[in-house]
Amino acid sequence: MELSSEMKREMYWTMLLARRLDERAWVLHRQGKIAFHISGIGHEAAQVGAAFALRKGHDWVTPYYRDLALMLSLGYSPRDFMLSLMGKREEPNSGGRQMPSHWSMKDANAVSHSAPVATQAPHASGIGLGIKMRGEDKVVLTTIGEGSTSQGEWYEAVNWAAVHKLPVIFLVQNNQYAISVRVEKQMAVKSSADKACGLGLVGITADGTDVFKMWEVINEAAERARSGEGPTVVEARMYRITPHSSDDDDRTYRSREEVEEHKRQDPLLVARAALEKDGLTAQEHDEMEARAKAIVDEAVQYAEQAPYPEVEEGMYPVYAEEVRNG
Amino acid sequence: MAEITMIEAIRQAMDEELARDERVFVMGEDVGVRGGVFRATVGLYDKYGEARVLDTPLAELSIVGVGIGAALYGMRPICEIQFADFIYPAFNQIVSEAAKMCYRTNGEWTVPMVIRAPYGGGIGGGLYHSQSVEAFFTHVPGLKVVIPSSPYDAKGLLKSAVRDPNPVMFFEPKKGYRLIRGEVPDGEFTVPIGPANVTREGSDLTVFAYGMMHYYALQAAEKVAAEGIDAEVVDLRTLYPVDKATVLESVKKTGKALVVHEDNLTGGYGAEIAAILAEEAFTDLDAPVRRLAGPDVPAVPFSHPLQDWFMVNPEKIAQAMRDLAKY
Repeated sequence: MELSSEMKREMYWTMLLARRLDERAWVLHRQGKIAFHISGIGHEAAQVGAAFALRKGHDWVTPYYRDLALMLSLGYSPRDFMLSLMGKREEPNSGGRQMPSHWSMKDANAVSHSAPVATQAPHASGIGLGIKMRGEDKVVLTTIGEGSTSQGEWYEAVNWAAVHKLPVIFLVQNNQYAISVRVEKQMAVKSSADKACGLGLVGITADGTDVFKMWEVINEAAERARSGEGPTVVEARMYRITPHSSDDDDRTYRSREEVEEHKRQDPLLVARAALEKDGLTAQEHDEMEARAKAIVDEAVQYAEQAPYPEVEEGMYPVYAEEVRNG
Repeated sequence: MAEITMIEAIRQAMDEELARDERVFVMGEDVGVRGGVFRATVGLYDKYGEARVLDTPLAELSIVGVGIGAALYGMRPICEIQFADFIYPAFNQIVSEAAKMCYRTNGEWTVPMVIRAPYGGGIGGGLYHSQSVEAFFTHVPGLKVVIPSSPYDAKGLLKSAVRDPNPVMFFEPKKGYRLIRGEVPDGEFTVPIGPANVTREGSDLTVFAYGMMHYYALQAAEKVAAEGIDAEVVDLRTLYPVDKATVLESVKKTGKALVVHEDNLTGGYGAEIAAILAEEAFTDLDAPVRRLAGPDVPAVPFSHPLQDWFMVNPEKIAQAMRDLAKY
């Protein structure tokens, strides 16, 4: 399967929208309008490439907190994101219970995750086990940062999937930093994909700044999973252009020169250059930018006017019997 | 109606639930070909096949974590932790994930699963095959914590646990696996999760217990009955959420309460029952609430005299009842 021009533009559009939403979140934080933001700037190519290789609403995802672009690709809306940033009642992840960027979208088979890292990886293997038990052709994508592959939970999940040849894709987004700690302090191997060979599955390292390449790699991994050949570890390499979160100050552990250097490999620039070769004009790009700005403005306005949860809602639903609709 | 052991009741419950619902499956260490180290799953592998009676990697965290994933997908896993002492690697998955999933998604995702684990001492298991771990989990909203003390309840409650839409911690008193026998009717029945059970009516004092200690409490009650002490015994059965009404009602009648567990004293489950009574039954009480529990040492020691020293037994319970009756 080849990507059409329309598909490529759709992918770039999703990256651009994710970027503009993410940038607005930083602004809202600096304006004192939101309490917290955790950024995915620099991760857009890996996430959009991966998401577009899935069959939306058919395949499953257990994401992690940097996956704004991934979630937008699956149907999460700009309004949803702004509502979540502001802890509003209508926020779809949790009705204002979870911190922002702790995604959940059942319609898209995107499973809720928590903040202790790597807990979502065994869930992906469990979903893979269910798929295998029912003999279905679905795949599960689970995402994680490279630092979190140090957790035992990740190894156990990958081992399970390898032992049972489960249809799981373990996508590691290696952005070089776990908050302030460099990747060299997380692993002695050059890529987390190298860990796969010790566990008996395929490991692939890919350029996580190239959205179209990422689509190819995840597409191949999905094919492998669907044909019963089992799981794949994919490490996508990129650079975390922003601090870890709105509470972090990355000037305390890395130079401005280093960050500026990596901005030249910004995945948006890489994708735009490829699309320009494919005929994307400056005017068309300006139109995309204008459209993105209008959407982000509208989403902020909508979320600001949306109500907070009633305090009584804090008491439920602790148990499934207490779930209320609406 | 047949008289069977506790372990046979548990095996029957799983057998019947596997037959009833194809989403149900069993997984854990040695549960397949071997039929479990306590033989709780014996015969199930041959009957249902390796896809539904799954020998897992030796890794408790992922037994639970993978179970959660399967539950989210729509399956109904029964995860066995071989000994409750080995549950700690899975603590994060149980507390951060299974317990919080419903709340943190406003009900969009739920985790219908059972985590079974044999618990308790008196079997020569030393520090790491004897622990009682219930207090770690009765502090966690989102979990249900169940401990049966009879074959009838074990079967009925386990079947309810499998059908429950929430994560249920199901702790089994391993010393009672073959020691405790009882009548269990043939055919379908369940015991609801939630209500405690008044297993002996009495008027002088109430003993609250669960699991093996409930079995011993009934023996102790018979012993002191001959001395003229008329004790009521309440099997708590579901520790969380607790059946407050039954607890309060019993003490309203007897005016005295003894809480018994084999887990160590401080921060143990008995503290919660004592607190409920202090807050809500103060004027009904004719004596301070008494707790009888294991000593505050890390776990049950191995050497026989040390183990006997640690364990609460019918004689210790009877003595605590005499002391309380005298007050």
